[in-house]
Amino acid sequence: MARILVIGEADGGELTAPTLEILGGARRLASELGGDVALGLIGAGLGSAAAAAGSAGADTVYTADSESLSVYQTESYLPLAQAIVEQSAPSVVLMAQSSMGRDLAPRLATRLGSAVVMDALGLEVDGDRVKATRSCYGGNARQVVTVQTDPQLITVRAKAQDPMAPDASRSAEVIAVEVGERELRARTTGKELAESEGVRLEDAEIVVSGGRGLGGPEAFSDLERLAGVLQAAVGSSRAACDLGWYPPSQQVGLTGTVVSPTLYLAIAISGASQHMAGCGGSKNIVAINKDPDAAIFNFARFGIVDDYKKVLPSLESALAAALE
Amino acid sequence: MNVIVCVKQIPDPETPAAAFKVDEQAMQVMPAQGISPVISPFDAQAVEAALRIKDAAGEGSVQVISLGPDSARDAIKHSLAMGADDGFHLKDAAFEGGDAWTTALTLSKAIQHVGLPDVLIFGRQAADWDQGTVGSIVAELLDLPSATVLRAVELTDGGITVSRVVADGFETVELPTPCVLTISNEFGDPRYPQLRQIMLAARKQVVELGASDLGLDASEVGAAGARIQMHALFQPTSDVEVEIIEGDTPDEKAAGLVNALRAAKIL
Ligand SMILES: Cc1cc2nc3c(=O)[nH]c(=O)nc-3n(C[C@H](O)[C@H](O)[C@H](O)COP(=O)(O)OP(=O)(O)OC[C@H]3O[C@@H](n4cnc5c(N)ncnc54)[C@H](O)[C@@H]3O)c2cc1C
Ligand SMILES: Nc1ncnc2c1ncn2[C@@H]1O[C@H](COP(=O)(O)O)[C@@H](O)[C@H]1O
Repeated sequence: MARILVIGEADGGELTAPTLEILGGARRLASELGGDVALGLIGAGLGSAAAAAGSAGADTVYTADSESLSVYQTESYLPLAQAIVEQSAPSVVLMAQSSMGRDLAPRLATRLGSAVVMDALGLEVDGDRVKATRSCYGGNARQVVTVQTDPQLITVRAKAQDPMAPDASRSAEVIAVEVGERELRARTTGKELAESEGVRLEDAEIVVSGGRGLGGPEAFSDLERLAGVLQAAVGSSRAACDLGWYPPSQQVGLTGTVVSPTLYLAIAISGASQHMAGCGGSKNIVAINKDPDAAIFNFARFGIVDDYKKVLPSLESALAAALE
Repeated sequence: MNVIVCVKQIPDPETPAAAFKVDEQAMQVMPAQGISPVISPFDAQAVEAALRIKDAAGEGSVQVISLGPDSARDAIKHSLAMGADDGFHLKDAAFEGGDAWTTALTLSKAIQHVGLPDVLIFGRQAADWDQGTVGSIVAELLDLPSATVLRAVELTDGGITVSRVVADGFETVELPTPCVLTISNEFGDPRYPQLRQIMLAARKQVVELGASDLGLDASEVGAAGARIQMHALFQPTSDVEVEIIEGDTPDEKAAGLVNALRAAKIL
């Protein structure tokens, strides 16, 4: 039987959105492969998240639950992930392309004698393999790849899979994994939360993003005001972050956050492939750029060719009036 | 403090989209006319991080390793011109067609061959395939602690303190040496080699190593040893046609956009 193991994440007692999406994707793969879905959770206070796993698509939940696991650390999570894989014996292991997934997946794959494909956009069954489509060359190309060894590990991009409609009639057996104590070589000793007010970038239905063409950090306050009107999150290009105009946590793109809102408003952003790698999945892109030949217009549904400084005040009042 | 940095030569990631072409049959990216390959940008930052560690320690060496065809030599030369001390080029027909696993396996053997350093530095990801796994795989193979996607690295009494870029901010991680670090763009710009350094680097010896020098069998490396198989490589197409909102004044354009968004039921 082909079992799919999702190594998921919980936050504040709930399964994260990417975990729910990947469980949805895992269900689909499991029905095609003729198998079942297990969820592995590592962390602290996992009770309510584990209880919700059944209705989200899991048949079995493995939990490694301990106060000592409240923050992700490579060396504390890795042996537990390994133990969960060994106990659940999956053919496919899926994880989110999150800060944890990026760090954990390649070490876990190696420890299991296998390999991992990172950041899949699409998953498709082919015989006993899962073909993953992923972005490469800074978003300029796509490749289709399979892991030839077992188990097949794949990390999955946010919003690339659809969560299941919650099914309260389903429940999952919860199996506790022994945690034990370990001496850690690398230790996480502190955390600095990026200040972010308002809507979280990855959850936002509307994102207003600014680039180098804004000309300075002050213009981001104008974007924040516009975002307030739209109940949107504010993002930025890497060029703007590298210049120190906006925090790196708000960077959209290949090496930043991947967003796929209903509306992505790109202001004074040129549309480089590495930026589009982070917002190309948006349902509608609107661009304001003074250069009619800017690449961003190749991806946009609507565009305004003008100096953003002239357009922004008018746009803010027109939107405020329209949304009243 | 001895540091080894692994660097890769790749097609320039800033190649304009219009010049980027894929050979779907060969599953390869075609070299763009007149645009030279470069050291992967995060790897140049990894070299910068290594040089700063050596400077801060006041002693030691920075050695660079690159696996690849003849062009990989340029990534090594670039690193030497930035200030690295020695270069090692892993070059063998048997290495061709490899994946992250065979690359990491080969690099880990080369690192043992050169001598395990205090710190091993990688880029967060090679800006060609954008996988971001080789550093962590090497760490696992050599059983070393690792910290990935770093914006800052500092030497301390007992070891190394780093700042990791994570989704909602930054984490501080303390590691002993030897350890593996991967560097992200938030680290800051790498130094740019001066003409004099480029000329000095051109004269430096680069040691070439093949599979047998590293005790590797041809069946373990390159396409023969690969665990990931590629089935297709193509360029995505965008089917959106932009509608430019016209108007004589910014007010008219803004109003036109809002109307268009409402008509399309986006608002
Ligand atoms: C390996 C790698 C990874 C990368 N990862 C990312 C990533 O994750 N995210 C990312 O964003 N980038 C990333 N980049 C950088 C990317 O290639 C571009 O350099 C960057 O996105 C450009 O940012 P920008 O559009 O703000 O700036 P620019 O390219 O400088 O564009 C500014 C735009 O503003 C317009 N403009 C100027 N003034 C005005 C005005 N007054 N009104 C209206 N428009 C105006 C200009 O016409 C221009 O189109 C990466 C690059 C590499 C090599
Ligand atoms: N062929 C190579 N030679 C030397 N170092 C490499 C090679 N491929 C990858 N690396 C290193 O591993 C990092 C991550 O690469 P990747 O996992 O391929 O994205 C790169 O930034 C380099 O530091």
